[in-house]
Amino acid sequence: MDLKDLYRDVIVDHNRNPRNFGKLTPADVHADGHNPLCGDRLTVYANLDGDRIKDIKFEGSGCAISVSSASLLTEAVKGKTRAEIQKLFDEVHTLLTQHDATVDVSKLGKLAALSGVREFPARVKCASLCWHTLNAALDSQAEPVTTE
Amino acid sequence: MSANPARPTSFDVAAIRRDFPILHQSVNGKPLVYLDNAASSQRPRAVIDAISRYYEHDHANVHRGVHVLSQRATDAYEGARDVIRRFINAADTKEVIFTRGTTEGVNLVAQSFLRPTLQAGDEILISALEHHANIVPWQLLCEQTGATLKVVPIDRRGVVDFAAFETLIGPRTKLLAIAHVSNALGTIVPVERFIAVAKRHGVPVLLDGAQAVPHTSVDVQALGCDFYCFSGHKMLGPTGIGVLYGRKQLLERMPPWQGGGDMILSVTFEKTTFNQLPWKFEAGTPDISGAIGLAAAISYLESIGMERIAAYEHELLMYATERLSRIPGLQIVGTAPEKAAVVSFVLEGIHPHDIGTIVDTEGVAIRTGHHCAMPVMEYFKVPATARASFAFYNTFEEVDRLVAALEHTRRLLG
Repeated sequence: MDLKDLYRDVIVDHNRNPRNFGKLTPADVHADGHNPLCGDRLTVYANLDGDRIKDIKFEGSGCAISVSSASLLTEAVKGKTRAEIQKLFDEVHTLLTQHDATVDVSKLGKLAALSGVREFPARVKCASLCWHTLNAALDSQAEPVTTE
Repeated sequence: MSANPARPTSFDVAAIRRDFPILHQSVNGKPLVYLDNAASSQRPRAVIDAISRYYEHDHANVHRGVHVLSQRATDAYEGARDVIRRFINAADTKEVIFTRGTTEGVNLVAQSFLRPTLQAGDEILISALEHHANIVPWQLLCEQTGATLKVVPIDRRGVVDFAAFETLIGPRTKLLAIAHVSNALGTIVPVERFIAVAKRHGVPVLLDGAQAVPHTSVDVQALGCDFYCFSGHKMLGPTGIGVLYGRKQLLERMPPWQGGGDMILSVTFEKTTFNQLPWKFEAGTPDISGAIGLAAAISYLESIGMERIAAYEHELLMYATERLSRIPGLQIVGTAPEKAAVVSFVLEGIHPHDIGTIVDTEGVAIRTGHHCAMPVMEYFKVPATARASFAFYNTFEEVDRLVAALEHTRRLLG
């Protein structure tokens, strides 16, 4: 178990200087994510063009893994469609949880920096919180909207 | 000359550590430093052996058989009750009820003592320091009865506001339920003062002693409390066993809270007669080995002496507080003048969860998170803290190891 596998330079950098950090106003969709065990809280905002993410931001506080994962996520999903995001999430999830992962990390870009998390099972939830929150935000948009 | 003359030199911590098999191992390639004692302590060989011996030689069900093993098991189980009675200086073994732990004790009092008489508009008083186990059972009860939960605030040091308490207690207060020692911050609550006021108002008092009993001698008669709950596993004993002390006059009035075997004298389909104290509250086959293990833990603690344990742990606390305070960016959360050996802290710019993972790779086990006291975290406006909690088998060198691990954490993420 090497700590440097978990806290890689990319992770440390995105924790210190999270990208796309802040509130998006107005936002087409947003959702709150909370990990009560460690107290991580974040909100993901997105503006959509059809089912493609035009812009995305997040805010909140959490551990280095959850903040950097959220920061990396915002960079990775901008411009992608819902289907593309789902595919990416599936691959990230495999990367985070499976030791004999057959994920082609070259397709994951900077998200591959999260691969060390799988050596620390207690931290998988930290890394996946932002993904679940983004899904919740996108699902809320899928709900039928009533204005009357 | 000793480098630190304040250290109680008569305390042979090296010999004590030899009694705890689990401490002698490496974690992540480093000798284990176990500083999560407020969550659960470790067991000395004497406790492990007592449980093994019981299962190897004496086990049978209690209070039932005429055969030898059943008699031995009964004697051991009831003998354990008397060890506990002496340890907390209860007047009568009937006042010592075995539970699964502190949580079950609180729930038992909520449902059996308070619920039958509690009415809408009545009030239950707790403090802002409480563990969830001394919050949620009262919230459930309030939902069931329409009573109201009132909370005595704390100040920035983590001290319960006594003046506010005096204004909050009143004719509608039906119970004061308060921690003896805070698990999240280590604050020792001067419960004697609270009990004195409660008595003037005729308000019964329950103390959550889970964090107090392992570290200081407790005399329930001197305290004058009505109920006192604690857990075995935080005081070198097994998990799954705990104790509810209750004053006999109150326990006798209370209805059973679970029905089953062992808590009855006779059963017909028309009428069941309940057993006497303490068995009235112990439905089903109890945790016999747990009670025996807990008694062994108490005997071990007494062989060292609670006063000496408290004095040594206080030295550890002073040393840890002084060393940790000098780490740049470290802020101790909970600075009450009277504290048990618990240091809760945050490091500027580094989330407690990261601290926990990094120091673990250095072999140092601490707790990070909300410590089942989310309202305390809310008050200090932190999502979580890191918490080092000490037992008398910890050493000054282990404090140094924690400090080094935290310096390492700062270099990595600071």
